[in-house]
Amino acid sequence: MPLDKTAVAHIAALARIEVPDAELAALAGELSQILHWVERLAEVDTSAVEPMSSVVKMSLKRRPDVVTDGGIRDRILANAPETAQGFFAVPKVIE
Amino acid sequence: MGGLTDLTMAAALAGLGRGAFSARELAEAHLRALEAARHLNAFITETPERALAQAEASDARRRKGEAGAMEGLPVAIKDLFCTEGVLTTAGSHILDGFVPPYESTVTAKLWRAGAVMLGKANLDEFAMGSSNMTSYYGPVENPWKRRGDNRPLVPGGSSGGSAAAVAARLALGATGTDTGGSIRQPASFCGIVGLKPTYGRCSRWGIVAFASSLDQAGPLARTVEDAAIMLGAMAGHDPKDSTSADLPVPDYRAALSGDIRGLRVGIPKEYRVDGMPAEIEALWAQGVDWLKDAGAEPIEVSLPHTQYALPTYYIIAPAEASSNLARYDGVRYGLRLAGDSLDAMYEATRAAGFGAEVKRRVLIGTYVLSAGYYDAYYLKAQRLRSLILRDFTTAFERVDVLLTPATPSAAFAAGEKMDDPIAMYLNDVFTVPVNLAGLPGISVPAGLTADGLPLGLQLIGRAFDEATVLKVAQVLETAAEFTARPVTVLNV
Repeated sequence: MPLDKTAVAHIAALARIEVPDAELAALAGELSQILHWVERLAEVDTSAVEPMSSVVKMSLKRRPDVVTDGGIRDRILANAPETAQGFFAVPKVIE
Repeated sequence: MGGLTDLTMAAALAGLGRGAFSARELAEAHLRALEAARHLNAFITETPERALAQAEASDARRRKGEAGAMEGLPVAIKDLFCTEGVLTTAGSHILDGFVPPYESTVTAKLWRAGAVMLGKANLDEFAMGSSNMTSYYGPVENPWKRRGDNRPLVPGGSSGGSAAAVAARLALGATGTDTGGSIRQPASFCGIVGLKPTYGRCSRWGIVAFASSLDQAGPLARTVEDAAIMLGAMAGHDPKDSTSADLPVPDYRAALSGDIRGLRVGIPKEYRVDGMPAEIEALWAQGVDWLKDAGAEPIEVSLPHTQYALPTYYIIAPAEASSNLARYDGVRYGLRLAGDSLDAMYEATRAAGFGAEVKRRVLIGTYVLSAGYYDAYYLKAQRLRSLILRDFTTAFERVDVLLTPATPSAAFAAGEKMDDPIAMYLNDVFTVPVNLAGLPGISVPAGLTADGLPLGLQLIGRAFDEATVLKVAQVLETAAEFTARPVTVLNV
């Protein structure tokens, strides 16, 4: 199904990527072309096929549910664009 | 000192072992080569101080008789592996200034084996690309050129910097990652060996994630034996990656017996694609003959869902990428652009930080996972993935290994195929099915096009049977007698 500008604007909002209005039409064309290409999968009858969600057949290992790390706040904050009083700082979310 | 950069890893280990040269001399020779070949743009960050310090420590260990499996060997690290205290960019603007406070498991294992880091190799942004043209740090130039044609060619991607560095004799080997062909395709374009191990063979911990059910780290090297040496150092179980396999790592070098008598080699008929150049078809037939001459038995097999592998991949990989790349939000690391609200800050940061191809994939991925479309796209692709795996499982009941071309073309010029995303995606037609099935695959340089560019053949093996893949690859390598070198090396 081809995407229109409104649909692309909606997807971009879900993905939190700002797309200027002037670029929506071109992007809609590119994305529609890719979707049209992948829609070929519809020709295959997969009604009796299980979806593959794990690549290698193995069961996940368990470990005790205990803290294995910690006490490295400053190392974690070292790469942050903005910090305040030992926290990550972001624009105000509550008025 | 050109001689030192031209050694194989195996020969360098022997030379270091008998004291013909030191790890420091080996590192210095490579650092000089790096400097002389900066026009290739193979590295985003060079780490000469670290290289020399590691080399000196390596020499000290060797003097004490404590040499590891890669003791003193200088390597390049794809800039997708987090390296403690060293800028890690993933080829993206959005990771501006990111210096990891931890080391990826694979690189930690390499340092433990004695390897020496020369620098962080350039790549397509977030490993999304087949040309290295999507890197924020600019394209990498392939050290090879067409005969009589001076135009720069792409090295392939996404591990393009890694492949170019190894081919141009700037490093003895390099790490790569392969989500849909990102080790094997650039290896083929640059005339070197590239191995994607079985999913789960190498830990993914500390590697910037693209598509977590497909990503796998592996070596790029100039010989099959070197790839075996390096895989042995990279592989193994890691409790920090729950998908890493708790299986013993065989001695891959010891598996290179050269004896493939009686081995059954599958030739998948669906890999004879429309429009494939005659010289690739001929090289493939030549490869079959080489293996037959060595005592193997070629058997035609069918992988009927091959034609659906690329569309399946271009649903699953973007879906996983859109989820993995959600973490780049301008809060904890990297680039941040100002915004009036939290959402405006996210949207501005991600718009400025991601390149066009990454945005395309994140948007496709977001769409195929969104309410109302999940079943039609994502679930459908997962069902196709089951069928693609089943094709391989059925084939491996009759054969031990599969032989195919590595790529549908040789290296192309920078700028070609750039305006049509799907034309670029077709580069990975022979490599993508292997990732979907989680199997090991290797690209071996096997011949040259009429205008002098390298072409690779691919071998695909059973899950966790890298040993057989490497053994057959070495037989191909021996038969092919690939001795051609890129112009960059000839001119130095």
